Amino acid sequence: MTAPPTEPVPGLDVNFHVGRGNFNLVLELTVSPGRTTALLGPNGAGKSTALRVFTGLLRPHDGYVRLDGLTLDGPGVHVPPEKRPVGVVWQDYRLFPNLSALDNVAFGLRTRGVNKADSRATAAVWIERMGLTEHAGKRPSSLSGGQAQRVALARALAPEPKLLLLDEPLAALDARTRLDVRTNLRKHLADFGGATVLVTHDPLDAMVLASDVLVLEDGAAVQRGAVAQVARHPQTDYVARLVGLNLYRGTADADGVRLADGTLIAAVMAHLAPHDPAEVMVAFPPSAVSIFTERPVGTPRNVFNAHITDMELHAGSVRLHLEGSLDVLADVTAGAVAELDLVPGREVWATVKATETSVYPA
Amino acid sequence: MSTTGTDHVGAGSAKRAARPPRPPRERSGVPPLLVAPAALGLMFLIIPLIGLMVRAPWTELPDQLGREIVRDALMRSLYTASMATLTSLLLGIPIAVVLAHGRFRGRGLVRALVTVPLVLPPVVGGVALFTALGRKGVIGEPLHDWTGWSLPFTTNAVIVAETFVAMPFLIIAVEGALRGADSRFTEAAATLGATRWYAFRRVTLPQIMPGVAAGAVLCWARALGEFGATVTFAGSLEGRTLVMPSAVYRELEAGRPGTAISLSLVLMSISVIVLASLREHWISPARTR
Repeated sequence: MTAPPTEPVPGLDVNFHVGRGNFNLVLELTVSPGRTTALLGPNGAGKSTALRVFTGLLRPHDGYVRLDGLTLDGPGVHVPPEKRPVGVVWQDYRLFPNLSALDNVAFGLRTRGVNKADSRATAAVWIERMGLTEHAGKRPSSLSGGQAQRVALARALAPEPKLLLLDEPLAALDARTRLDVRTNLRKHLADFGGATVLVTHDPLDAMVLASDVLVLEDGAAVQRGAVAQVARHPQTDYVARLVGLNLYRGTADADGVRLADGTLIAAVMAHLAPHDPAEVMVAFPPSAVSIFTERPVGTPRNVFNAHITDMELHAGSVRLHLEGSLDVLADVTAGAVAELDLVPGREVWATVKATETSVYPA
Repeated sequence: MSTTGTDHVGAGSAKRAARPPRPPRERSGVPPLLVAPAALGLMFLIIPLIGLMVRAPWTELPDQLGREIVRDALMRSLYTASMATLTSLLLGIPIAVVLAHGRFRGRGLVRALVTVPLVLPPVVGGVALFTALGRKGVIGEPLHDWTGWSLPFTTNAVIVAETFVAMPFLIIAVEGALRGADSRFTEAAATLGATRWYAFRRVTLPQIMPGVAAGAVLCWARALGEFGATVTFAGSLEGRTLVMPSAVYRELEAGRPGTAISLSLVLMSISVIVLASLREHWISPARTR
């Protein structure tokens, strides 16, 4: 491990190694207060292990975990979970089944010595902030998935942690609820003054919720950086497959999403609720893009004229970087590259089916 | 092909024969050879209970139960069984937690020791208690010399004997519940600042409550029926240590089968009530989650 830095770093500052059986995780990461870093990777990459180390449930073999300059793990130091200013939203929420939503939120205040009345009053404010006042007295078993997620978030935030950990916060939700919850999460993350680490296998969640991303593969970081940069310039095949995503911001229209430059991306808008903000994101994977060397006849609704600026060979496919009426990443087979004689500089038409896009509130 | 005409009448109506074919019957896995012994065994279990009902002096029953000695034994039985259950809860739950979550060498040995009273003949348990807590016992003697206090043949001795025999039932039930309990909630509690004690009180204990309740009921029923260890260690002194099972035995020995049967009926009705209260738990043990 590297020598400890001399200056205390605000926010989360970790550099550790932990092994479980044959699996080893080496992680170096800093997250500034107010920022959100996504730990992105497939199952078994070490995301959950990292999260357990942050919480103190798992002790690293060597290295350190520091929060706002305070050493939580280090040589001869291990602050137990209950003494860490860390809030967790678990993938399965883990709301205490015997307590009401309100008492779940108050739990982290009660453990810190706040009396019953005061902790309930604070919890009620959080419940209200989550728009759940009429559900405050309910047991977790009678809450919907989206409501349970909000209670879990309120419970994690109520004790005012310095580090917030989100473990696959959207994985357990259906598509419609996921949009709502994602929007809600974004709002609360923006208000949260501490550092946030988001663990997810879904690049979309990472892109929408996080400012930075660290891609984990087999217990090691394979790429890190600002979300947009990692998405546009994947450094390994794995990252390309994982985060390769065409993502645009615009405003919702009846037929699709209108970008700032006026381009319309036709999309299925039915998932959006009337109360969703007009500001939306639209995304589609590079594999959903078809390439033509002449303007396609037929009626695909999304046709973009562009030229090839770059080509990368990835496992089994070639990724084209296109610039034009819309900057697009497209994955095509090596056979198609040869057949269509695709080379950098070549003018092409890219088409995307509206049904291949996903739209969600920004 | 031997399809009936109904299949052909108008494909659009798509109605099969009005009477659906018999639901397919799965072959049961019971070998026919075992049916007869099973029936015999069942009769063996049930007939004594029927005998009890048939021979019961129903007309004298109110008088029998109204007798001072019977009322006294019943009250003492209920009191000692409840105290034994309370003691078992106070000591048994901690043992169950240590067994379920403790990390130490020899945990298997401790579990074996805890279950010894389950397989030990109760009368041996009584003798063992005597050698430990009797007036000349390993602990009893110095205790008696020092304080003048002696345990055997007192009501407290009844409670001790019943606890010795019944506590393992509670420990096993609670340990099972603890193993089934979700450690994810304990983890969540820890990240919310809960010490292990706080998490146990507010998260784990409510979760295992059904198991604790079932264990307590079993423990209580076992304590109520306890005879061997109690008689050996506490005796059956009228007005002091006489409990229902020893009263039944005494009445039978004294040639008063009517009273013995009446007392047995009382114990049996209590067993039936206990069984009924447990039924829910046995049939769907996972439902309370």
